[in-house]
Amino acid sequence: MLSCKEANRLMSQELDRKLSWGERIGLRLHISMCDGCSNARKQMSVVRSACKHAFALDDKADQ
Amino acid sequence: MTIDTSELAALRPDMTRFAYLLLRDSHAVEDVVQATMLTAIEKQDGFKNNSSLKTWIFTILRNKTIDTLRRGKREVSISELSENDDDLEEVLFNEHGSWNQEMKPKAWGDPEASFEQSEFWAVFNTCLHNLPEQTSRVFMMREFLEFEVDDICKELKLSASNCWVTLHRARAKLRLCLDINWFSGQGFQESRR
Repeated sequence: MLSCKEANRLMSQELDRKLSWGERIGLRLHISMCDGCSNARKQMSVVRSACKHAFALDDKADQ
Repeated sequence: MTIDTSELAALRPDMTRFAYLLLRDSHAVEDVVQATMLTAIEKQDGFKNNSSLKTWIFTILRNKTIDTLRRGKREVSISELSENDDDLEEVLFNEHGSWNQEMKPKAWGDPEASFEQSEFWAVFNTCLHNLPEQTSRVFMMREFLEFEVDDICKELKLSASNCWVTLHRARAKLRLCLDINWFSGQGFQESRR
């Protein structure tokens, strides 16, 4: 069973690389049982989308 | 298509902020911003109206910033990477690796709504700005220059594990900074009133 600390490292890494099957299962399982980590993961993805908005560069895909 | 130079000038503060977060050297930033504006004026025929001027300018700025980073051959030492880090994980988690109760993240509600508010962006920029220099560089290369992690490691001569840890710290810090200064703090409530 992953600790919250380990789960947090993985949820950052999933923004940068494809997690292995085992990592994905472990993370999903942990998050389904842990509110704190579930919120942390959502917040990390908000940080990413804020970055895309920050310099209004999110219409880049339209080019 | 001709570009409007006053529109170009209006983008300057944003360009400066962007380049600064990566280069952290005001002379280098000034050079990059000037070179970008010059290129934009020289190559304005290349600007098609189907993308915004800002997007087009930032593509040029991005490339110039990458060139400058490469020319500078900024090597990151391990000691610089742990700059004022005072073990964030020890603050967040207890000895068993579970959340310290007061650090446990709470739901942010509807964060996208905050993106509409200029006060939110002021907080966000301050949070980005407060990242330690090298952490900010690694994070910006990933999120804004869209480098793959392997390439960041190569460019900055970092070990892979250092790169991962740095990105994780950057995200954890930004998450925490936004939480304290916006989502759980006064800023959010006041602006919602």
